[in-house]
Amino acid sequence: MEKFIIHKGLVVPVDRANIDTDAIIPKQYLKSVKKSGFGPTLFDDWRYKKAGEPGMDHSQREINPDFVLNQPQYQGASILVARENFGCGSSREHAVWALTDYGIRAVIAPSYADIFFNNSFKNGLLPVALSEDSVEQIFKSMKTMDHYELSIDLEQQSVTSTLGEQFDFDIDSFRKLCLLNGLDDIGLTLQHKDAIRAYEEKRQRQAPWLFS
Amino acid sequence: MTAKTLYDKLWDAHVVRQEEDGTALLYIDRHLVHEVTSPQAFEGLRLAGRGLWRTNSILAVPDHNVPTTPQHRGQGTAGIEDPVAKIQVETLNDNCEDFKVNEFLMDDIRQGIVHVIGPEQGATLPGMTVVCGDSHTSTHGAFGALAHGIGTSEVEHVMATQCLIQKKMKNMLVSVDGKVTEGVSGKDIVLAIIGKIGTAGGTGFAIEFAGEAIRNLSMEGRMTVCNMAIEAGARAGMIAVDQTTIDYIKGRPYAPANEVWDQAVAAWQNLTSDETASFDCTVHLDATTIEPQVTWGTSPEMVLPISAEVPNPEEEEDALKRNSLRAALAYMGLKAGEPMNTIRLDKVFIGSCTNSRIEDIRAAASLVKGHKVADNIKLAMVVSGSGLVKQQAEKEGLDKIFIAAGFEWREPGCSMCLAMNADRLESGERCASTSNRNFEGRQGQGGRTHLVSPAMAAVAAIKGHFADLNALSV
Repeated sequence: MEKFIIHKGLVVPVDRANIDTDAIIPKQYLKSVKKSGFGPTLFDDWRYKKAGEPGMDHSQREINPDFVLNQPQYQGASILVARENFGCGSSREHAVWALTDYGIRAVIAPSYADIFFNNSFKNGLLPVALSEDSVEQIFKSMKTMDHYELSIDLEQQSVTSTLGEQFDFDIDSFRKLCLLNGLDDIGLTLQHKDAIRAYEEKRQRQAPWLFS
Repeated sequence: MTAKTLYDKLWDAHVVRQEEDGTALLYIDRHLVHEVTSPQAFEGLRLAGRGLWRTNSILAVPDHNVPTTPQHRGQGTAGIEDPVAKIQVETLNDNCEDFKVNEFLMDDIRQGIVHVIGPEQGATLPGMTVVCGDSHTSTHGAFGALAHGIGTSEVEHVMATQCLIQKKMKNMLVSVDGKVTEGVSGKDIVLAIIGKIGTAGGTGFAIEFAGEAIRNLSMEGRMTVCNMAIEAGARAGMIAVDQTTIDYIKGRPYAPANEVWDQAVAAWQNLTSDETASFDCTVHLDATTIEPQVTWGTSPEMVLPISAEVPNPEEEEDALKRNSLRAALAYMGLKAGEPMNTIRLDKVFIGSCTNSRIEDIRAAASLVKGHKVADNIKLAMVVSGSGLVKQQAEKEGLDKIFIAAGFEWREPGCSMCLAMNADRLESGERCASTSNRNFEGRQGQGGRTHLVSPAMAAVAAIKGHFADLNALSV
């Protein structure tokens, strides 16, 4: 997994609450058996005029110029800011893969759906939760200038803007450690093989029906 | 001893070890697998040279991508016209063969939607931790199990280690007090709950559903309620074990038998919240006031009783919310003040992991009997949750009732709930759907979804518009 230590980048505002995973990556693209290549179809229904299909040359499709991701000033953005309950809906990790494949390294929102939040950490995408007021301030500040950047320092748990605004955020110590070091969860868990075996043996005696 | 909630008990029984910050390794008893969220996990195992920790904990089935038309189903994977979807189902078959995983293939009578077949086979049992790379895994909580959806990285993690890295959620109790009026189903109850607490109301919580109205539900109804815990923001929903639970499981193929059955039943008696257990949050609903529900917007929380009118966004004081209401009405093509029971429909879908079990099919059939689908309905379809549900319905003659009325009687699968296969809405089409999500584009780009119970969908198909349950008797 790619490490996340400090990331500085252009911010794109997607000013909606409850952005669901169907919106982030529509179902027709979930048929892929790969983890890559979802970037061109991130927010597909909003980004293009007509519905797309897997295997299309997405660079040839007619874009929806009104959608923020298509506006010239946001090209190259790597931080996405949105409203509450970001990533609600299905468990599809493809939503995270679409964001990272597009080049997004961090999302900033007041809150996240649990499964999306979890999936993000497995892929080096940092979901930063700031208060509604802080997020509102970011949306407002972005309107005052053309190239609004944020710098996110995971070690310090702080976000700093081009305008000098600073916001602190909370994060679980375990998740922080994994992200800072790009650790592989499975490798970590397998260090506790013996504990898992011991649990299984005890449990099998108590509840044998769970193991047949 | 401190009093514990059902969730506390399930959690405690599965903790393998715990870090100081509360991060735990949680043991997983049952892992359900389908074609969409597993290929990258199997691939990850191969790349790392890892195997499965406990093969017999896994049950696999293709459901999202399978065609539901009989002429295509007879041909196995060759009948999947979409080449990308076909590869995905074949990849599941190949992976299950390589890793020796128990899979119900497309032409197996036991094939069906993963959340229907787990309980149907007795593969979901009380006291288990159940996971699947699908958010509607919360369904299995109806059995007094801790069940929730996971992403593909976690699918791989469970395959390799039989554990998940988890932090404990908070406890929420949703109590639905009193009795519902006749015709009000589990679907109406859960939609009313979501309408009350909102789609993020349960975020960070495990919800226990309780109260007289919940206890009175059949297992099918309870599964419908727990299925949509995720639409209330909670990854896990659950209901305490009682005799209804135990009666449902007895004799199912994967359920314990003989002395082990007795031992299991004795252990399951403890799978309830202690009387004095405390919850971080408690919500009460009065069951007697719950009417049949219909969603009108693009989020499951945008829901109202059938007797209501489409709300007016201009009456909302919060600017952000006002904008989202306006956007929802524009997408849905509805006007403020329009009575819900005049909304005309183009398609009707009865199916999905929320409402495709035998009780759902029976409820719809009892209303459809002797009527015809309205002329303005271009397609009305019934998609059973499994081959066994379909077989049972056919044994009861329910297929004939639907076909005579003008419904299509399809083969099992996820179908138009998420429209990954050929079953979908065209742009602008309006659908009464017994599924779980009414997000923009969920059933096809530009499609307009209204979530309802099977009974409400049946009445809507006959009338051509939403109507109260007694609309067919007058």
